[in-house]
Amino acid sequence: MSAPLVSVRGLAKRFPSRGGSLQVLTDISFDIARGEVVGLVGESGSGKTTIGRCLLRLIEPSAGELRFDNFDLTMLSSRELRNWRPRAQYIFQDPFASLSPRMTVGEILTEGLDINGIGSRAERLARAQVVLEQVELDPSAIERYAHEFSGGQRQRIGIARALALAPELIVADEPVSALDVSIQAQIVNLLCDLQQRLGLTMLFISHDLAVVEYICDRVIVLYLGRIMEIARCEDLYARPRHPYTRALMDAIPSPVPQVQARRHLLTGDIPSPANPPSGCVFRTRCPVAIPACAAAVPSLRHVEEEHFVACIREDLDA
Amino acid sequence: MLALSRKTASPLARAAGRFVHNRAALFGLALLIPALLILLSYPVWLADAPNDIDLLALNGEPSWRHLFGTDGVGRDVLSRTLEGGRISLLVSVCSVALSTAVGFIVGAVSAFGGRWADAIAMRTVDLVMTLPPAIFLLVIASIAGAGIWSTVFVIALLSWPVLSRMVRARLFELRERDFVLASRGMGAGMWHLLFRHGLPNSIDILVVYATLQVANAILLEAGLSFLGLGIPPPTASWGNMLNGARSTVVLEQFPWEWLFPGGALVLAVLAINFIGDGLRDAFDPRAELGGS
Repeated sequence: MSAPLVSVRGLAKRFPSRGGSLQVLTDISFDIARGEVVGLVGESGSGKTTIGRCLLRLIEPSAGELRFDNFDLTMLSSRELRNWRPRAQYIFQDPFASLSPRMTVGEILTEGLDINGIGSRAERLARAQVVLEQVELDPSAIERYAHEFSGGQRQRIGIARALALAPELIVADEPVSALDVSIQAQIVNLLCDLQQRLGLTMLFISHDLAVVEYICDRVIVLYLGRIMEIARCEDLYARPRHPYTRALMDAIPSPVPQVQARRHLLTGDIPSPANPPSGCVFRTRCPVAIPACAAAVPSLRHVEEEHFVACIREDLDA
Repeated sequence: MLALSRKTASPLARAAGRFVHNRAALFGLALLIPALLILLSYPVWLADAPNDIDLLALNGEPSWRHLFGTDGVGRDVLSRTLEGGRISLLVSVCSVALSTAVGFIVGAVSAFGGRWADAIAMRTVDLVMTLPPAIFLLVIASIAGAGIWSTVFVIALLSWPVLSRMVRARLFELRERDFVLASRGMGAGMWHLLFRHGLPNSIDILVVYATLQVANAILLEAGLSFLGLGIPPPTASWGNMLNGARSTVVLEQFPWEWLFPGGALVLAVLAINFIGDGLRDAFDPRAELGGS
């Protein structure tokens, strides 16, 4: 395999809070190869968005190394960082908050080119037309304001804005969770299609396992700011190893009543990052936890090709 | 694909649409626009200059020769009232332009310049806000001396802090919005963020502030001039005309000498406040939800 486009090592993020700090991410390490789509799944509050934003340096990581195309993003000067920014773009979850109410669609789509001084005015507008076509919106949209569009159309505009700079990496932060189910399918198909046509590298953040299975090559399962399991998509859905991943799979509603009856559902809420459990952070909700789980933080264990699990219950692997 | 073909209005155009449905604001406009035309054009159609003396009519009551009467030295009250309006307008518009610019820049530095810049700017604002306005005005006016430009300066110096706080609050809120984050993610620097996002999204605050502040500045100018610290005679201003008319004899026997400048002051401030309130309602984000 060639060198990965993105390589994250030991990423940590602490937010300052009253009387100390909140550890939101701990020791996150993963790679994304060129042209690969990596899914990032987990419950609300597990730190998915924080990883995405740290990766694009929209917020400052507290520790760790972020390598992009073999240079370390955390070492860039602010000027170098701004020059790098067009190479990686973000798609936001909320299509209403992510578009300026005071700009026309044309202005929104050409903003990035404008900031980076790319092309003449006419060339920028031509580029805006191209990306509008790529997201299957009418070219006449260019003169209108974002509030005139529906949620799904606005999300298309958000995607077009990210594409306008022809980035190598796209971080899509729950791009469909704010949309109606019927629209979700359209947007997911669009993203899939664009990814294949343009050879995009993508970090796809979602809590919807069905969507992730459809679009992703590999999946990272996150719980309370730690990686629980990393695997190729097929492997993860066929043979989930971590009890948390299994619980997530069980939470997908099944049309078969027998299957529906056999599932183990998680109870309780994700613990507060201000007061995390000792040892394995999942042990408080884990159906197969043993006393040893409280003793040490489990490290990622290689179980099969490209499949890593952070769980000490090796006896359950089979 | 979209079926819409009609090009619809920008947020500013929609605010304007709401403004023209506000009766009080339209009344304000109906009062202010003719008044402005009269003020600006009076030398063309009025024979008397504001400082011309008619020795045949000292304290003369309103007549066809002098519609608003004359004052104690025989100057035409109508032309002095109009000239006073011009001066008021000049002082208030200049001082508001100055204080709006300063207020916006201080607010922007505070919101985008980092923690230290914010602390310094906001403590300065606190400092200026704790100054008792009347005493501060007297001290500054007595140091800077009377005159149009020192009056402009004093009024501007006193009125920017409130605006800078509002701008700071708006920009702080804006900084966390996704579309600003997206702009940063595309490599935007501070100037781009400030002028492509900060300014357009603070325009409502600025317009409303500026309008209401014009009314305030007119009052401040009149007050200063009344105290003899604003526009020095013989230049006409509503404040120093009222000052000139404050003796009991004039108050009782020659009411036209204070009635007309005083009335003009009240009407101007009222009209501008109506317009300011109308603008505030027109920009109100809750109005956006009402389906315009």
